[in-house]
Amino acid sequence: MTYFPEGDEYQRLLARKKTKGHFAKFGLLTLLILAVLALASLLYTIVSDSFGLVAVVNEKEPSQIVADLGYDPARVSLDSLDKADLVTALEGAISNNVGRRLERDRRFFDDRLVFETQATWDEICASSGAPTGCTASPRGHDDVLLLVEERVVQPDIIAAEGLLPSIFDRRGFEEKVRTAFATNPERFGDYTVDQVRFEWRAWLNMRFLTTPPNSKPELAGIRTAILGSAWLVVITVAFAVPVGVGAAIYLEEFARKNRINDFIQTNINNLAGVPSIIYGMLGLAVFVRLLEPLTSGSLFGTGVDSGRTVLSAGLTLGLLTLPVVIITSQEAIRAVPNSLRQAGMSLGATRWQTVRSQVLPVALPGILTGTILAIARAIGETAPLILVGAASFITLDPSGPFSKFTALPIQIFQWTALPQFEFKNLAAAASLALLVMLLALNSVAVILRNRYSRRFP
Amino acid sequence: MSQERPRAGIDLARSRARSEDEDRGEGGVVTTDTVIDVEHLDVFYADFKAVGGVTLGFPTNEITALIGPSGCGKSTVLRSLNRMNDLIPTARVEGTVAYHGRDIYADGIDPVEIRRRIGMVFQKPNPFPKSIHDNIAWGAKINGFRGTKVEMADLVEQALRSAALWDEVKDKLSESGLSLSGGQQQRLCIARAIATQPDVVLMDEPCSALDPIATLRIEELMLELKRDYSIIIVTHNMQQAARVSDNTAFLNVSMGETGQRTGRLVEFSPTDQLFTRPREQATEDYITGRFG
Repeated sequence: MTYFPEGDEYQRLLARKKTKGHFAKFGLLTLLILAVLALASLLYTIVSDSFGLVAVVNEKEPSQIVADLGYDPARVSLDSLDKADLVTALEGAISNNVGRRLERDRRFFDDRLVFETQATWDEICASSGAPTGCTASPRGHDDVLLLVEERVVQPDIIAAEGLLPSIFDRRGFEEKVRTAFATNPERFGDYTVDQVRFEWRAWLNMRFLTTPPNSKPELAGIRTAILGSAWLVVITVAFAVPVGVGAAIYLEEFARKNRINDFIQTNINNLAGVPSIIYGMLGLAVFVRLLEPLTSGSLFGTGVDSGRTVLSAGLTLGLLTLPVVIITSQEAIRAVPNSLRQAGMSLGATRWQTVRSQVLPVALPGILTGTILAIARAIGETAPLILVGAASFITLDPSGPFSKFTALPIQIFQWTALPQFEFKNLAAAASLALLVMLLALNSVAVILRNRYSRRFP
Repeated sequence: MSQERPRAGIDLARSRARSEDEDRGEGGVVTTDTVIDVEHLDVFYADFKAVGGVTLGFPTNEITALIGPSGCGKSTVLRSLNRMNDLIPTARVEGTVAYHGRDIYADGIDPVEIRRRIGMVFQKPNPFPKSIHDNIAWGAKINGFRGTKVEMADLVEQALRSAALWDEVKDKLSESGLSLSGGQQQRLCIARAIATQPDVVLMDEPCSALDPIATLRIEELMLELKRDYSIIIVTHNMQQAARVSDNTAFLNVSMGETGQRTGRLVEFSPTDQLFTRPREQATEDYITGRFG
């Protein structure tokens, strides 16, 4: 009497076991494919809206501007004109009032005034409320070129197409626009179908990255949003990393096992799962309201009149990432073999000497990786920023911790809520920029980890 | 990290243990200068008494081996000699461990200083993940080494020579200590332990993770080192104890009244005597392999 099947019976059992295994394997593979498809479709949506054909109508063609200035449009392009010519083009197209305002923001030339008279200029600059133009350096070539495009060329995108249709069905898009003109001309106002140009547009381009937002989608960019996000990262790191790593070291290396420490540990673990909007409310109550003198900078005699600053938001995101930083750092510290601690202590080192010289260097790659991943998550957070009062339309670069700010996810969120279809493309392009930023941070995490763990195998 | 321990309580166990020693007639047979004197040592892990009533003196500049079956508390005794047991939160020690006549568990004694005088080598080689040079220099630095860079290099060389490792590593001092073989790593750990110029070196089964050739080298090294250091070694290997040690203490597990397994010292004698003319039946059973 044996307990186990033999011979044919065993072969059947074997076949059955293997069949089950195959089913499981293919089932899991299917799930993986589903996951990949979901992620790929997300990425496709973003990329598709970021690049593609557009139908543009210019108020005034750049070639016309060049021709008006007396150059040959076939050989000279708008952006190769020098600053003086561009200012002349601008002068001919905008009203004196608008010109004066531009000049007061920043003058065009060091040595001469274009729209203002010298007498008025001296007078307003001598007055108490002197505009920025009195002290700021004059506008550069690119700045004036931007103004010409904005005020003279005035491009207007009337239709846009996704990436794949743009590549494979350009005619279809052109046909669609012409049909729209034929059936519904009043939608396009004064434009005629002959003015329409079809051209490729990368919504995510250098101009987009380096210009501030604009109410005209053709001219809008994410410069202030990127800078705002960068400031947020700096403040978040400056707050969450020292505090989080320090707390983790204490909890792992120094804290005794008792009720209070268990309670703290449990709470940290729970805080890591608290929805980010709750942190936003906390940030609003504490940093924006309670600590307003500090976060608005009025305590230091600078800054703005409210606590809705990049400092408040950075601290809020710092709080948000803190539990994750603590937990990942604790795990990294815990993974350091105990034999190293014993070796250190057995030489007559104090606990802190052992931790600093032996434990922390070994734990560092893990701490760095965890921290960077936590920061990467914080960059994408939107809800808490909305609560602590990120503004969506900020055209001035954030200049310090006490400035008003916007951030990439906020900008994306605001753009998706606008009615003009172009903003959808802008939101996609900004999303792509955000993804690239996250990817860059994650790469840094991987590189740091590899670098530090390679030094000693 | 608490490193304060209550002063050893003198309890009934002490007088009882003493009377047992007297019954034996030859308690504390080893009668040379001692560097560490253990009296009525009890070690608890939480409520569990791991070792009870151990009394013995470790002679200066000799090798003392602690042998006994698994779980008899050899390592526990060893680790209580330089307060490494303090690192285990639940561990508690009663009785006295006198180092040069001073109880290391007394109030006002800093375990950091004790460990600086009484170094330790562990079962598994545990070099720091740093260069060979830094492995040795670190211990000196944290103990306030005042020399120049050149003197530090001398110290490192001296330690490595004492550990019979210098010739193998002199050309690669900046390489990781982890790049060495197991036996070399263990000798590096010995070099690290003696670089701070301790008085006593505790070795907790230092060869159990090594092959026979590496083991032989460590044993030769121990015989070299005993000129300058007092060595206390825990070993599972009776041949090793017989080969290297001058004195051997045999610990055994005894069942307490409540069924607790507590380690107790059975016999402590010069090694040749313990292995040839054991006084206790239990010792004889163990060394002849009839144990268990």
